[in-house]
Amino acid sequence: MQPLYFKRFEMDFSITGYCLISEKKVIVNDQLRFYQENFLNFANFIKSLYKLEEINYPKFYKMDSLSKLGFLASELVLKVSSIKKYREDELGVVLSNSSSSLDTDIVYQNTINDRFNYFPSPSVFVYTLPNIVIGEICIKFNIKGENAFLISETFNGRLICNYVNEMMEKNRVQACLCGWVEYLGDKFETLVMLVEKSGFIDKQSNLGYCPTPFTEQHLNQLLHRN
Amino acid sequence: MSNVYVIADNIITSLGFSTDENINGILNDKIGIVSAAPDNTLSNTPTALSLLNFDLLDERFLQILKKINRDLPVDSFTRLEKLFILSIHDALSKVDFNYQRKRVLLIISTTKGNIDLLEDRYKAKFNHKRLFLWELGRIIRDFFGFFNTPLIISNACISGVLAISIGSRWIQSGFCDYAIVSGGDIMSEFVVSGFQSFQALSPGPCRPYDIDRNGLTLGEGCGTLILSNHEQSRERPLIRVAGSAITNDANHISGPSRTGQELSFAINSSMKEAGCLSGDINYISAHGTATPFNDEMESKAIGLSKLTDVPLNSFKGYWGHTLGAAGIVESVTAVHSLTSNTLFRSAGFKALGVSEPLTVIAKHSTSDLNTCLKTASGFGGCNAAIIFQKI
Repeated sequence: MQPLYFKRFEMDFSITGYCLISEKKVIVNDQLRFYQENFLNFANFIKSLYKLEEINYPKFYKMDSLSKLGFLASELVLKVSSIKKYREDELGVVLSNSSSSLDTDIVYQNTINDRFNYFPSPSVFVYTLPNIVIGEICIKFNIKGENAFLISETFNGRLICNYVNEMMEKNRVQACLCGWVEYLGDKFETLVMLVEKSGFIDKQSNLGYCPTPFTEQHLNQLLHRN
Repeated sequence: MSNVYVIADNIITSLGFSTDENINGILNDKIGIVSAAPDNTLSNTPTALSLLNFDLLDERFLQILKKINRDLPVDSFTRLEKLFILSIHDALSKVDFNYQRKRVLLIISTTKGNIDLLEDRYKAKFNHKRLFLWELGRIIRDFFGFFNTPLIISNACISGVLAISIGSRWIQSGFCDYAIVSGGDIMSEFVVSGFQSFQALSPGPCRPYDIDRNGLTLGEGCGTLILSNHEQSRERPLIRVAGSAITNDANHISGPSRTGQELSFAINSSMKEAGCLSGDINYISAHGTATPFNDEMESKAIGLSKLTDVPLNSFKGYWGHTLGAAGIVESVTAVHSLTSNTLFRSAGFKALGVSEPLTVIAKHSTSDLNTCLKTASGFGGCNAAIIFQKI
């Protein structure tokens, strides 16, 4: 059953850039950016993507899979969209997923299960919170405004729309990175979008991409496009 | 814009199973922290913790099952599920409204959920699915028969304050008329060993803002706060949520900001939304984990927001850092400070050990209180501030 909370908002907000990462392929603003015919595993996939995009950010190698995924998707969105016109506290990040940080939780639990082979590590433990990916994104892009990590069983476009719409309408943020970053046991799915107020879209940016209305329907379409 | 009121609440910590038991415990200077866990299932080395009486919790849970005529075995629920159900049940018993109607939203705040189910001793007892936070939400929803899918927040140590903030915002935006906001976390080897690996734990009960503070004390607990746009509380005076804001340090994933500027942003934005100035704040219920860096960062933020003269406390000296419950149980006590015009002593505090001249409350006292600021900060660089105000 869908939650009832549904409301029409008075202002229009637009998706001005997005990145979809699924097994095998990466799509940025409707363009196929990366395709891997023979998917081996996530580690291999994400490393190839990182190298292809010529990103130089040594912290990337310290991140867990969830953070790598959210970080790279944000990086690819913001590579072609400028957020420089916003103040650091006018920008927000709202992400959601199904399994929280369970993948890293299991890795961490395995370091403490055996009292005779006990090696808990702070560098693993710190990633056992889902909002750490938000922290990583905020550090990279100097985003200091509203942030939240929400959990839903499956992708819930209405939840994301409601959350971000409320913030934008009340001017808590002027632009927001938002979406879905799911990773568990080598299975993953990511949709990160940049949402801006329709009147404020920079016509020079997003070359070749036409802003899409930020609605539940459009979110579902973006996630399920091939 | 309609007001959002706090209409009912509950606190479950080592000090007791109701808000009253907890408030009375605080007034009688009871400290719920024990110097070491009774057995070694949580830690190899002695560690100060604030623990719940789970035998009593099972007893209370059985009473509820009997009362509602439900023939379910007590052990078909995990420890955390029972804790949430007990807390929500107690809060709901204080107000009269049909909580199964459409415009009621359950908001759950937790950092780790049923993470103890990863341990070998619990693994066999419950389905793997119970590790998912949405499944925790579903079980609580089904127990009470709530109409809507719960909203689940997992945002480190600000989860509780964030959940209250969302409840209040969503009522104001017209998504719902009632928000039942509940936050909880329990102790597990997972959580204890993790904080130990950071060397963040104090050997004795934690001492927020004190010169001799040397780390935090973990605690388990649960709290519930019911918000509504209807003035339904039996308690008077009424308290409203007047404003809230969340920010990020954009500095480090496991260490706080060096300047406190971002927590100060959150404080200032929440005051702006509430329509008040720093001079209007009568009391601060701060985060105060008692780690050297956290408390120092908070003092700088409070200094930047020109609030060092305002009486301030941390409740963590009583029941430890209750993680996903912290923002809720500490907000509930803050609300009771406002309604009873009482400033509670900041347990564990003797001499100021932060760079800004904070006014840490050294003794229980009474004072006319109208407006309170509650703050929280956590891993991932997140900060939250919320304002409660007497009507």
